[in-house]
Amino acid sequence: MIARLVLNGRPREVDVRGNQTLLEMLRDTLGIFDVKEGCDEGVCGVCTVLLDGRPVSSCLVLAAALRGRAVVTLRGLELNGGLHPLQEAFVRHGAVQCGFCTPGMLLTTLAFLEREPRPDREAIRAALEGNLCRCTGYTKIVDAVEAYVRGESGPQ
Amino acid sequence: MTDAVATREALRVVGRPVVRHDARDKVAAATAYAADWALPGMLHAAVLRSPYPSARIVRLDTKRAAAMAGVAVVLTARDVPRNTLSTDVPGQTTAVGPLRATLHVLAEGRVRHQGEPVALVAAETLELARDAVEAIEVEYEVTPGVFTPEAALAPGAPAVHGTGNLLAEWRIARGDVARALSGAKVVVEGEYTTQLVDAAYLEPESGVAWIDSDGVITIRLSTQVIEHFRDVAEVLQVPHNRVRVIGTYLGGGFGGKEDVTVEAYLGLLALKTGRPVKMVWTRQESLLSRAKRHPYRLRYRTGAAANGEIVAQQIELLADAGAYAYLSALVLLYSTVTAAGPYRVPAVEVDARVAYTNNPPTSAMRGFGAMQTVFAYESQMDRVARALNIDPVAVRRVNALRRGDTLPVGQVIETHVAIPEVCERAWAALGPRAPARAPHLKVGRGLACNFQPYGRIVWLHDWASAWIGFEMDGSLVVRCGCPDVGGGQASSLCQIASEVLGVTLTRISVHVSDSALTPLAGTTTASRQLYMSGNAVLKTARELRAQLLRVAAPMLGGDADELDMDEDRVVTADGRTLAIADLLRECARVGVPRSHLGVYHAPAGEPVDLATGSGKVFPDYTFGAHAAEVEVDTETGVVRVLAYAAAHDVGRAINPQSVEGQIQGGAVQGLGYGLMEEVVVEDGINLTTSFATYLIPTAADVPDVRAVVVESGEGLGPFNARGIGEPPIGPPAAAIANAIEDATGARITRLPITAERVARALGLLG
Repeated sequence: MIARLVLNGRPREVDVRGNQTLLEMLRDTLGIFDVKEGCDEGVCGVCTVLLDGRPVSSCLVLAAALRGRAVVTLRGLELNGGLHPLQEAFVRHGAVQCGFCTPGMLLTTLAFLEREPRPDREAIRAALEGNLCRCTGYTKIVDAVEAYVRGESGPQ
Repeated sequence: MTDAVATREALRVVGRPVVRHDARDKVAAATAYAADWALPGMLHAAVLRSPYPSARIVRLDTKRAAAMAGVAVVLTARDVPRNTLSTDVPGQTTAVGPLRATLHVLAEGRVRHQGEPVALVAAETLELARDAVEAIEVEYEVTPGVFTPEAALAPGAPAVHGTGNLLAEWRIARGDVARALSGAKVVVEGEYTTQLVDAAYLEPESGVAWIDSDGVITIRLSTQVIEHFRDVAEVLQVPHNRVRVIGTYLGGGFGGKEDVTVEAYLGLLALKTGRPVKMVWTRQESLLSRAKRHPYRLRYRTGAAANGEIVAQQIELLADAGAYAYLSALVLLYSTVTAAGPYRVPAVEVDARVAYTNNPPTSAMRGFGAMQTVFAYESQMDRVARALNIDPVAVRRVNALRRGDTLPVGQVIETHVAIPEVCERAWAALGPRAPARAPHLKVGRGLACNFQPYGRIVWLHDWASAWIGFEMDGSLVVRCGCPDVGGGQASSLCQIASEVLGVTLTRISVHVSDSALTPLAGTTTASRQLYMSGNAVLKTARELRAQLLRVAAPMLGGDADELDMDEDRVVTADGRTLAIADLLRECARVGVPRSHLGVYHAPAGEPVDLATGSGKVFPDYTFGAHAAEVEVDTETGVVRVLAYAAAHDVGRAINPQSVEGQIQGGAVQGLGYGLMEEVVVEDGINLTTSFATYLIPTAADVPDVRAVVVESGEGLGPFNARGIGEPPIGPPAAAIANAIEDATGARITRLPITAERVARALGLLG
């Protein structure tokens, strides 16, 4: 069957199996590897994409059910080839170690900040609860988000 | 090494929180992890695994699966040229005699744990491969199993292997323990239980293999040990130089990618089909089948004098190896050596055993046996302090090892022991005590220290090598076979090269983790990579620098010793400069190489007899202390961590931001171990094979971790650094248990410290 979606701003029609998830379509069919796969059961948040602006686990979305909705992956954030200021904040604050959770973490954060532009650390932690990180212990991720919210580029 | 202790001010790049080159790629999702790889004509692979923890394979029929359209190959044990993997000591040294441990690549006639691999399939699509796995017919005859080490060691227990179920045993006996205990002011007895946990990295085991144009079987995968190319070659029965392992940047390792994962399967399937093959384990498969951290039962009798000095420790350890040995004997060795803690204890007995069971196998995980013991020895220390009414910092200060002291195993501590400083600084970093928010919410504080070896056991004769070369434009290439697990390993090597050769960081390219193209540097395990590869890069860079400055000296008119390299130039004492590109052209003209291969050998030693305490086991140790403030709900048993501080003496922080990251991340993994994580296994069946049931800390579960980086300027690594990969995971469980007793008076001796266990200890559950 045909999945219709707007992927990072461009309309796409993709031939998919009826049981194929959005995650499988992105990675296996389209070779879009900026979406990672961590658990395939909607728990870890690694495969987060924005669906009409809201963060979802792409492993839980059926591709054929998209019906023209807008999907944004991390690559969709690029600003004229440069990094988004939130990405810049992650780099400068050491919020990235292995980096496997990072794409999902960034997308969840941006969607959250659309709703709540001035969160405190506790609110940031609550918002990121669905995105697991096994390396950083979260402190530097929260530091990076907080700095971005304050409009600071970073310590250097 | 005769390194003078450089002050931070004298260093240009080392010691600065520079932005890691890999961070930019990773935030842009430009890093190609092992699963982010595809080749034309690539097959997809799946593994058939045993549903039973102990069974005979009566019949194994692959005909129906092999005949399915789109299935390229189905393999069982008899298709494997050499069906044995050696799992003793991964890396460059394999001859360790009594510690040798093996397992089958695919089960032969019998399965010994749930999830044991039985057959492999490669097919045109992943869906087809999984369907074919379902179509393989296996008839099992379930056999009696053993599911606790106690049961395994009981007379008449079913044997997991042909031999008895006792896998390894270590003993230490130093001083007269019975006499010291009888003369002690207090004797504290405790029995502690630690649980089975999983590394739970977010990137599952994954890789792609292909036969390259030169005929070399090439496997690109997520691994902490590229030297497993040799093990794959043995399995395939091809010469070692016909297998190449390319290690990707890992999506986490934590010891779980130290043993062989997908590489032997991928090598087999690529060899049998001649086509590229991809294998990615599902999360369920990863949680089911990967080796995990050993559960321990730890019995301690601790005697102390009135002033708090520990006079004796009598220790009995019993660990569960699961169904295969993997690295169990070595994990137990680490426990044995560290069992009495970073303290002066004149009389110590340790009796440590590890047994085979039909539980999931256990092996390396961050902390490697020097972890379970912390929960016991730091709980004991706290109880001693309480019994004698001494404060937690003071009791540790009184007992702390000092340089020149001898560990129970006979090893003399040769570097600074920062236990007093890290205790004081972690304790102080908690800040003002939080007031109780309600009468039933009790607030308490706990402290716990640890010491963790860094670098491999000295009789393994560890070494690492690196190659550094200038391009003609003055840019620099560093090659080093060091896998980067996400801790900033590659980035630190760039900093070290930049420091010595004066090349701007942005002009350095680093190539790591390729068994064919990067000089081998050993495993990214044992907190050894900064120590070993860091020293290899430092040595290589210094030798290359000397080589180049000998050419520069006559060009600038002066002595090579008086020249410096900085900002991509050679600089004289009086400020004259020579562009590096000009120097390189001169090198080319006079025939002096612009590159250098260097090898660093760690200080080595002979095997020790633990029982008689005959000497050195590890190169050195990293010392730390963590402090926790918790709030305990005395109506429900729920524990909330309000504040957390972690201090470690890292000798010298090469990149302070990365060091903080290691400390914070390790502490939170340790909090997961202390408070929530548990692989629940009932009669060998794993009940927690998803992230919905195997819970690791989320951002909302844990507080900020205040990382306190102490730099004593003493350590065996480059610029006197110590290893910091593993150490921070050790203390949290004990710090939390100690804080809970401080808050409520209840002592928890079993991990994880769930609300239910706290409620039980508080008498809420009758």
